[in-house]
Amino acid sequence: MADAQALRTAEVSPLQVASLSRPRRRVRRLGLQGSELTWAIAFVIPYAAVFLAFVAYPVVYGLWLGRDPALYAELMSEPIYQRTVVNTALYIVIGVNLKMFGALLLSGFFMRRGWWVKGLLLIYVLPWAVPALPSFMSIHWMLNGQWGLFNNVLWNVFGVDGPGWLETSRWLALGSVIASHIWKWMPFWTVILLAGRMAIPQELYEAAEMDGATGLKRFAHVTFPLLANLYLICTLLSTLFTLGDFNSVYFVSGGGPALSTHVLATLGIRNAFEIARPDLGVAVVMSALPLMIPVVILLMRKLHTTEVQL
Amino acid sequence: VSAEPMDGGPVRRRPNYRLRRNLAEAAALAFGLVLVVWTLTPIYNMVAVSLEPHGDVFTSDIWPAKPSLESFWIVVTEGHWYLEYFWGQFGNSLYVGGATVFLTLAIGSLASFAIGRMRIRYGWLVSSTALLTYVIPASFLAIPFYRIMNIYGLSNNLWAVIAAEVTFATPYAIFIFQQYGVSIPIELDEAARIDGASPTQVYFRIYLPLMAPALVAVGTYALLLAWNEYLYQFLLLSSKQSMTVPVALAQFLNSDEAPWNYMMATAIVYALPPVAIYYAFRRRMTAGLTMGGVKG
Repeated sequence: MADAQALRTAEVSPLQVASLSRPRRRVRRLGLQGSELTWAIAFVIPYAAVFLAFVAYPVVYGLWLGRDPALYAELMSEPIYQRTVVNTALYIVIGVNLKMFGALLLSGFFMRRGWWVKGLLLIYVLPWAVPALPSFMSIHWMLNGQWGLFNNVLWNVFGVDGPGWLETSRWLALGSVIASHIWKWMPFWTVILLAGRMAIPQELYEAAEMDGATGLKRFAHVTFPLLANLYLICTLLSTLFTLGDFNSVYFVSGGGPALSTHVLATLGIRNAFEIARPDLGVAVVMSALPLMIPVVILLMRKLHTTEVQL
Repeated sequence: VSAEPMDGGPVRRRPNYRLRRNLAEAAALAFGLVLVVWTLTPIYNMVAVSLEPHGDVFTSDIWPAKPSLESFWIVVTEGHWYLEYFWGQFGNSLYVGGATVFLTLAIGSLASFAIGRMRIRYGWLVSSTALLTYVIPASFLAIPFYRIMNIYGLSNNLWAVIAAEVTFATPYAIFIFQQYGVSIPIELDEAARIDGASPTQVYFRIYLPLMAPALVAVGTYALLLAWNEYLYQFLLLSSKQSMTVPVALAQFLNSDEAPWNYMMATAIVYALPPVAIYYAFRRRMTAGLTMGGVKG
């Protein structure tokens, strides 16, 4: 019986070959048998173990830590938390959109021909290759009001006495953090969108040119419609990544001046480890769920229906 | 005669066209220059500060008056009390990075093999949970993760950090391997099975060799992830001997008189390996990141 089934699986008719190369979901095959099944299960077990021990358990534990509604009432009444929510919203709305729109434009720029554009691309991706911490520490010192490079240049070249970018004003500090985040992550998204642009067949552009579409028209009628889906997926992913970005804020402004530039990711850690209130820290993180869940659902749908790879 | 106007048109327009093209090129160059300044300023600052001789950090110079490699020498010889375990910590970083790469590749490729090639039932469930994990920000899980590591008895242990990095790198690995695996004909596996190869033989002899480009891409990704990560390493490692470089580097910040030239020299030494690896595997990695491109 088992032999007969094995034989049937082995006999692959041309029709089956065609169906095998189609997406997984549509393929109906016989279930795995005996030792094959054991092997397959054994191969999945390491990942399943990692997932259960280091994702599922922490998630459940986190939900349990943040289960008390009173925590959220306490949180809402904190001025620091209220400021943090505003900062996070600004960080995401400004940071993500500037970064993604910049990446879209720059990916067009890097489509230009010429040796120096290729060389420039190599330099431009450097922030992505350099580890986050050294860069952000460097930016932190660079923006120092008294001794930082930025104000030194302002003083030596323009004779202007620059402000303390991170020490004096909440908005200057938040702006600096957002700029640092863009500096670090825009190259990554530019490379992704550049690859997306390169995947657009040249014939489409040639055909569009025949029809008289050049410049902005070409972008509006050829490039953008084909890139829109990728752009949306990248924006959604980037929203989630930015929401969880700890390093930019922690190392550039450190949440200062006077705790005015915290975002949810850093405030959660501060509550849990600096003032030793892990439940309050988890509550901060949990309060991001109303934003996260719709983004995740939209993203999962998009990723399932289109074959975009990140 | 009738062809003349058609030929004449472009000829008359050419100077104008060339001028416009040159102007566009000049504008692009100017923009490129701005981009270079924007990109390199923080890195220039890192280098400039690291070249300051001791004590001269507090100046209004744009470039050190007397550049010296003293700070690098101090870092390499562990000549400052904050740097006394530098090479040990660098070794810890390498250890974490290496273990993360190996485990991510092993766990990710085994799971993808079972899902994509052996087509285990409920395989879609595994891919979906992986995808879901990929979009959860790591920093949001840090608080319960830290407590759970204490429960597991892994506090102040490099393996706690490795577990964290692997947890957040594996979903991406599965995602990439799944997509890349589609391009390898399943008939190869079928043929090997008919010849009597066991699943492990198919995995080692057929699957892994053919997946080499994806393995390189994901390996580079995992290494950069471990090298970039700070929060988990900071929370999970507490003693100077078990720290990794980023944690030690951040400790500088808390001291009263942070020796910025040593910090920046340490930062540069720390940044060199990933930059070298990134540029060595850049093409593979970009290809890995964008395999599939825009099929939507």
